[in-house]
Amino acid sequence: MFRQNGSFAKTMEVLNAIFVLPFVDMFTEPVFFAEVVVGGLLTGVMYSLVALGFVLIFKASGVFNFAQGAMVLFAALTLVGLMEKGVPVWLALIIAAGVMVIVAVVIEKLVLRPLVNQPDIILFMATIGITFFLEGFGETVWGSDIHRLDVGIPDATFEIGGMLLNEFDIWAAAIGAAMVAFLALFFRYTVIGRALRAVADDHQAALSVGIPLKTIWIVVWSVAGFVGLVAGIMWGTKSGVQFSLSLIALKALPVLILGGFTSIPGAIVGGLIIGVGEKVAEIYWGPLIGGAIENWFAYMLALAFLLFRPQGLFGEKIIERV
Amino acid sequence: MLYRESGQYKTSYTDDQAIFPLKQDRWLMAIALVIAFVVIPLTSSEYMLEAVIIPFLIFALAAIGLNLLAGYCGQISLGTGGFMAVGGYTAYKLTTSLPDMNMIIVFLLSGVAAAFVGIMFGIPSLRIKGFYLAVATLAAQFFLQWLFNKVEWFYNYNPSGTITAPPREMFGFVVTGPHATAEARYMITLVVVAVLALVAKNLTRGHIGRSWMAIRDMDIAAEIIGIRPLHAKLSAFAISSFYCGVAGSLFVFTWLGSVETEAFNINLSFQVLFMVIIGGLGSILGSFIGAAFITAVPILLTNAPQFFGFNLPIDLQKHFEVMIFGVLIIFFVIVEPHGLARLWQITKEKLRLWPFPY
Amino acid sequence: MNETRNIGDTLLKVDNISLSFGGVKAITGVSLEIREREICAIIGPNGAGKTSMLNVINGFYHPQEGTITFGGEVRKQMRPHLAAAGGIARTFQNVALFTGMSTLDNIMTGRNLKMKKNFLWQALNIGPARKEELEHREFVEHIIDFLEIEAIRKTPVGRLPYGLQKRVELGRALAAEPKLLLLDEPMAGMNVEEKEDMCRFILDTNDEFGTTIGLIEHDMGVVMDLSDHVVVLDHGEKIADGVPDVVRADQNVIDAYLGVAHD
Repeated sequence: MFRQNGSFAKTMEVLNAIFVLPFVDMFTEPVFFAEVVVGGLLTGVMYSLVALGFVLIFKASGVFNFAQGAMVLFAALTLVGLMEKGVPVWLALIIAAGVMVIVAVVIEKLVLRPLVNQPDIILFMATIGITFFLEGFGETVWGSDIHRLDVGIPDATFEIGGMLLNEFDIWAAAIGAAMVAFLALFFRYTVIGRALRAVADDHQAALSVGIPLKTIWIVVWSVAGFVGLVAGIMWGTKSGVQFSLSLIALKALPVLILGGFTSIPGAIVGGLIIGVGEKVAEIYWGPLIGGAIENWFAYMLALAFLLFRPQGLFGEKIIERV
Repeated sequence: MLYRESGQYKTSYTDDQAIFPLKQDRWLMAIALVIAFVVIPLTSSEYMLEAVIIPFLIFALAAIGLNLLAGYCGQISLGTGGFMAVGGYTAYKLTTSLPDMNMIIVFLLSGVAAAFVGIMFGIPSLRIKGFYLAVATLAAQFFLQWLFNKVEWFYNYNPSGTITAPPREMFGFVVTGPHATAEARYMITLVVVAVLALVAKNLTRGHIGRSWMAIRDMDIAAEIIGIRPLHAKLSAFAISSFYCGVAGSLFVFTWLGSVETEAFNINLSFQVLFMVIIGGLGSILGSFIGAAFITAVPILLTNAPQFFGFNLPIDLQKHFEVMIFGVLIIFFVIVEPHGLARLWQITKEKLRLWPFPY
Repeated sequence: MNETRNIGDTLLKVDNISLSFGGVKAITGVSLEIREREICAIIGPNGAGKTSMLNVINGFYHPQEGTITFGGEVRKQMRPHLAAAGGIARTFQNVALFTGMSTLDNIMTGRNLKMKKNFLWQALNIGPARKEELEHREFVEHIIDFLEIEAIRKTPVGRLPYGLQKRVELGRALAAEPKLLLLDEPMAGMNVEEKEDMCRFILDTNDEFGTTIGLIEHDMGVVMDLSDHVVVLDHGEKIADGVPDVVRADQNVIDAYLGVAHD
């Protein structure tokens, strides 16, 4: 009887720790909770930046570009490598952007064009090949040490309403927001943007009305390269430019399934949700199950979400036809 | 003329539905089996068995597993490493708590455990498709890796966090553990892989295989002619994970001997996916060819510079290897998107006529 | 022709079905009956809701209103595989074959519902599983003979010309030994010879196996020749129902096809 009571008490304690205490903590220390949420939002923007590159390429060419992470790494390595050689920041930025255009051209010529009309999985595979190549190439040229990157974004800590915030995070969020706005306008109002949307809808049909597929692909991969460069600067400044930078691709994937592979707003909102969810779970529930949950929590969150809304956040309900 | 089928009449559906309807194929298969069971164990060096042939067989098994799911049923999975981990850890827990259990049964049961886990992570496939599903299976990969790392029970509270294959005997030979000879480990691996490969071939030729392929080629039509997506997809996940699980237990017990969770990381998943794609989606033979290719290439790349007399610094060489590996993958995918198994198919068709042009 | 035909009781009764997607109405209050062993054609201009009707009958779309009675069983909603198990088979407007598989395998999938041996038997390919496989192979070979596609038995269907693909698709549906066979534009895009062949197969199926057939077709000549009974849909509503000659003369039908002057 006593044992039973003991185990009952223990069960209650566990349930209490899972379902009650974290919420109590949130309410009793609202400032800390707000700090966690804001921190999550700011990290979320960084995820969104990476996810954005995926979305651009998927939208325009239907390719699930696994190499986006490697592109982030490669862009950041190029930038930091040039800066270490004494090239001024503005010039290094321009050269790095130029290098990303060259990468886009080479990928289009050597990989995409020979694989037109192949099944998606084959293209996916090819992008994994690109990933390996870019990682190997970048490290062959620039070495595999950790490089410190500082492009002059202020990095001071300040306090608002009791919350400790970092200036750099705010900058990152602002730059992210600006990029999204720019891309959204670009897609909506320019000739290339319209062509992009046509290509995204149907390659063959786009070709038949005279849209140059080659150019479009180069443009898209270049833009994805620039987005990668920006993401690389942000992440590189935060944690140093190193090999593990290419692994943030894996962080962006849950954002993609949450927001949808083709939706730019989806990438943003998805990134924010994942950022906040991950931070909150890590702080309030992580210690209960041994921590280090950041590798899989985002995936589980996205999965749970998909079970209720399979078309993603911004997808339309699909009517299947036969 | 070498590969001629004329003169080989089939008089019953039984003959027509044999695995190898052609005499030439039967001969080739027989030769391959003799090489595998007799020639290799007699002639191969320990290094050859350890570094090349045993991993080749184990990867072939995992590739068959993934091929059943991705190549036959059309559900891409990036969770192979996770499912292999389930197999490896189950085998470890089973044989350390029940030391008398026959190792073959241990391997099969670890496959069963992986199958259950596979079904659980296969459930999202009923709602989501394509790359959404592929990304979702990464959840399995990361979660399982984390689980086996965090929960100490899985590695018997070993402070180093590794699992080590204990010595176990079969037919009077030590087949696992540090004292098992490479030959013994090779033979047990070979038997398991050969039997399971045959089983996979049978499954894909029967109505279960057809229901997978129907789902792969056109899921809506398949549902309307009466194939239940639930059954087809989950059975594909279960059987595929079974294969991966058995491969994972062999990975620990007959190849590496001692592993950490890190051995089952996402790179393992990608490696197996490469094998399937390079070998050929939807081909059992292709799984073997792909496994041979992906096992051999890094070894060749590592040894090539010395062979040509270059002496590169180690880290530079590592980067070169990664680069060349990436290029090779792109190259093969472009040259033969249907995989190396397709090349074999084409060769056979050429040999039917050879040396005549038509 | 009708005198010699042995048409039975109602097999399928569709009662007051309405279906909409969001706000778009696809079918509004349609009722129709198909009787055993008859060939019933559903016709109408593009967008009239014909294919949606078939999708409702075999459980792929779920109507918001109305019931369906098939073989005496009333249902409101159904999963497609249950409809298939109940004996409804169909072909599709755009060929929906399994392109990676051979003709033989495609038709064998039609037998899948009837193959029950579990996977352990099949894994070993011995005893019951092997015997079952061979029995079904024999049945499928009859269908292959019937449709005159012996020569393409082992060809991947992706490589076949369109007309043959349609024929293989019919074979796959027949392999299920359906009580009700739904054909969605079986002759679309065919030349005259291919159409004649297809007509022959449809009539033979109906004659030899006594299969009830529901048919969507645009070629009026074919419809009038083949069918015992014609249902006309327009804008999701039924505007006529009867024997071909009566329907042909119906003013509503003529208006729907030729358009009416609105003045």
